[in-house]
This record gives sequence, structure tokens and C-alpha cells, in this order.
Amino acid sequence: MYSEKVLDHFKNPRNQGVIDNADAVGQEGNPVCGDIMKIYLKIKDDKIDDIKFETLGCAAAISVSSALTEMAKGKTLAEAMAMTKDEVVEYLGGLPAVKVHCSMLGVDALHSAIKSYQENK
Amino acid sequence: MKGIYFDHSATTPLDERVLAKMSPYFSDVFGNPSSIHSFGQRAAAAVDQARSQVADFLACQREEIVFTAGATEANNLAIKGLVKGLTLRNIVKPHIITTVIEHDAVLEPCQELERDNLATVTYLPVKANGILDISELEKAITEQTVLVSVMYANSEVGSLQPVREIGKLIKKINEKKMADWEKQRVAQRGDKPQLIYFHTDATQAVNFFNCSLEYLHADMLSLSAHKIYGPKGVGVLAAKKGTPLTALIRGGHHEKNLRSGTLNVPGIVGLGAAIELVKQEQEINNQNIKELRDYLVERIKQEIPEVVSNTDFANATPAHAHFSFLGAEGESILLALDMAAGIAVSTGSACASNTLKASRVLTAMGVKVEDTHGAIRFTLGKENTKADVDELMKHLPGIVKKFRDMAPAY
Repeated sequence: MYSEKVLDHFKNPRNQGVIDNADAVGQEGNPVCGDIMKIYLKIKDDKIDDIKFETLGCAAAISVSSALTEMAKGKTLAEAMAMTKDEVVEYLGGLPAVKVHCSMLGVDALHSAIKSYQENK
Repeated sequence: MKGIYFDHSATTPLDERVLAKMSPYFSDVFGNPSSIHSFGQRAAAAVDQARSQVADFLACQREEIVFTAGATEANNLAIKGLVKGLTLRNIVKPHIITTVIEHDAVLEPCQELERDNLATVTYLPVKANGILDISELEKAITEQTVLVSVMYANSEVGSLQPVREIGKLIKKINEKKMADWEKQRVAQRGDKPQLIYFHTDATQAVNFFNCSLEYLHADMLSLSAHKIYGPKGVGVLAAKKGTPLTALIRGGHHEKNLRSGTLNVPGIVGLGAAIELVKQEQEINNQNIKELRDYLVERIKQEIPEVVSNTDFANATPAHAHFSFLGAEGESILLALDMAAGIAVSTGSACASNTLKASRVLTAMGVKVEDTHGAIRFTLGKENTKADVDELMKHLPGIVKKFRDMAPAY
């Protein structure tokens, strides 16, 4: 049901954890819907210098979070804002149809972190 | 297959003794039991024997057994076959009473009848322990009620329903209807009153509980072979004589014209053998499984914090243990157990369902939606050992902690 890449990210999540003095934080989802994703960013010269995630959710939600951080690290804020859920799904070698919404949640959390950074700059 | 299997409500391994009984009926005794020649008659004798084994277990007549492709088909036949087969007596539209925690194989036929304008349906709620309040059922009965369908044991949390009490209640109501009718003078009586039929989906109960139709006062009972260490693709609807069923599958006049289609001889032989073993070994299996289940429950409660039990252990099958691991998600726990040690469990998490909806059984019990996401069901079986539970407990606390640590505080 899941691709090998999804299972790999699920088993060995990249960039999982907290950035204590983060420059920006974005969170999407809620406990009732079941998935919560939180993205922490460290930003330097308008680029994502460090990124970490915390996620409550299914294997797809965890894999999306992990893949997303891997993809976003080193990107400029403009590049990261241009990232789409389809790119994340493709990067993971596909997701079951009912799980595609998880990828949306991840991208939304990243974008909301960047927006809050730009608004507070 | 290697691994540890704690998902016996989904299906059970075929008992090797059952397989041995089935083996000759694939290529050696291959005849069609409807054929008159000796090839056919040898197969027919095997089907006869299986029919006796099932009838014996259910304490009913051999003619009251209808072999089907499984419990799903049996439930469809019980519900749609009854409503379509009724000769309605002074009834505008038949009324069915069932519960919100039934399997979809009961709920969807009911919904189909509603959609086709052939019946109205009352879906009764359950109490916090997943058990129907029989007084609610009594209140729901109307003059139009023709069928009550309540499962014997719930597949998800294992809750045992008061089916025998329901059977007695309906019998009492039917007897009163007949007595009142008989009291009237013949000229004024009119048609006989419409009786209420009682069906129970016993799929999850056969391993553990008394399924005698007489004991339950049930008119119809569904069961499936693969839940009792028998083969997949075969089941039974037992229907007491006089239950006005009509066939859903036609074209061969098999099974007293109630279910056409060449009989699945090896499957039926396997079902007979499996039910015979249940009869012989039910007591000892129940005892062993309960002991192991209680050990599992104790260890989970002691070794993992923030766990809510969704099974009312005193009123459930001895095999079920259903928990919500708060702050972790069920599908993740399930996959991690499988990846770590080949341990198979099941989850009621919305994330693992095709509809992404929270388990309707858990929400009917009043479990908060956010607590349904960490739902894990363990269903133990006769081949499980204490070593299996010990192996599980080597992994489970760490896995739950890993996902809790990964989750943001909220």
C-alpha cells in the first residue's frame, strides 16, 4: 500500500525534533482530524538553514513531514513557498489516494511558517 | 509465515486438522453433489455430514442450514431475503430494528432496503461499554416491525450483546400477538398477525459462546468458517423452519432453492470440521485465550501510560483487548509493530480507513474523536502463547513512546 520510500521515511524520519530558538514555526491540523504537523525553521540569508518537524499522525503524515524537510532544506524562502503537494507526493514515489491530503497538510505547515516569518520580519 | 498474529477478528489461520479433512475434496472426490452418479454422491455425503455437524452445533434441523459464500452473504440473505419474502399482513412498510455497531454486512443491506423504499430501519445506539440497552429495543418495536437484527459479539471491541434476552423478548411479543389473535372470534380475526423475526450475526461469537438457536430463541443466525480456523469463502445462514425467506441468488435450486450455485464442497467440509473442533475445544480454548488476554491487558496497563481501554472485559469475548494509546496514531503503531517484529494487530484509526472517518463503533460508545486515532485492537487466538505477548511487549512501549515523542504538544 505504501511505496518503499514512504516506509523508509516512516521508519527513519529525517529532521525530526524541535529547534529551540527557531526563527519561525508553522502548525497545521488538529487533534480531532487526527493529523498535526509542526514545522520549525532556522533562516539565514533568506534561505532555510535548518528545518525540523514534529508530527502526530499516520505513516503517510510522518513520511510527508520527513520528506518535506529534506526537500526544503537549503531552499530560498521563495523556492520553498513555491513547493507544492504534488512535488512531495512525487518525491515519495506516490501516496495512496486517501492519503494525499496529508501531503497538503505538510506543505501548508511549511508555508504558514514562512508567512509568519515574513510578517514578523 | 513468520511473525505473531493478534488479528483473529479479521481472520484465523486454517487449523491443519481442518485442512486434512478438506484435502480429498479438491481433486479426488471432486464430484458435483447434485449429480446422481457415485462421483456426485460421494461429495453429497460429505456435504451431508458437514450439514449435520453445523446443525448439531446450532441445535437446529439439518434442513435449516443454508450454506453461503460467507457471513456477508448470509446477512444479506437474512435481511433482504426476509423483507422480500414476507407476505405482509396489514403492514404498510416493514420496519427493521438493528444497532449502529453492526458490521457493514448488516447495515448496508438495511440501507439498501431503505433506499429502495422497501423498509424503514431503526438503528439503536449502544451504552459506553458497547452494549445495547434492551429496554431501548423494546421501545423501538412497532406494529410494523418484522425483523430485529443484533450481532452476538462486536468485532471491534468484542462487546457481547444480550442476544438471548432479545430472543426471549421477541418470543414473548410474538406469543402475545398470536394469543390476542386467537382470542378473537373466527369471523372477526382476519389475517394472522405479523410476527417479528430475530436474526443474529454470530460471526465473532462462534468460537466462544453458545450458538444454539434454541438457547438464543433466534430465528436466524449467520456465521463464517474463516473466523473459526476454517477456510475462507464459506459460511452459513441458519433459518428456522417457517421463516419466510426468498433467495437472492437464483439459478440452480440448490440449498432448498434459497441459495443457488454449485456447492463449495471442500469449503463446506472444512466448515463442518472447524465447527466440530469448536464444539470439542471451546471450553479449553476460551480458558487459555482469556488467561493470555488478561496477561496482555495487565502488562499494557502497567507498562504504558495514558492508555484507555475500550473493551468491557467482563462483557466481551475472551479474545478482545481494544485500547486507545492517547497521543499516538493507530496506523503508525500498527505499521511499526509489523516492521519491527512482524506483529499483526488492527486499528480503528480514521487514518487507516478508506473513508477517513473515525470508527463508528467507538464514536457510538462515546469515545472522543481525538481518542479514536490511537485505537489498536488485539484479538487473540488459540495458537497464541505467552511468549507472543512477551515479544509484543518488548516492542510496544517503545513504539508508543517514539510516536508520542514525535508529536507536537497540543
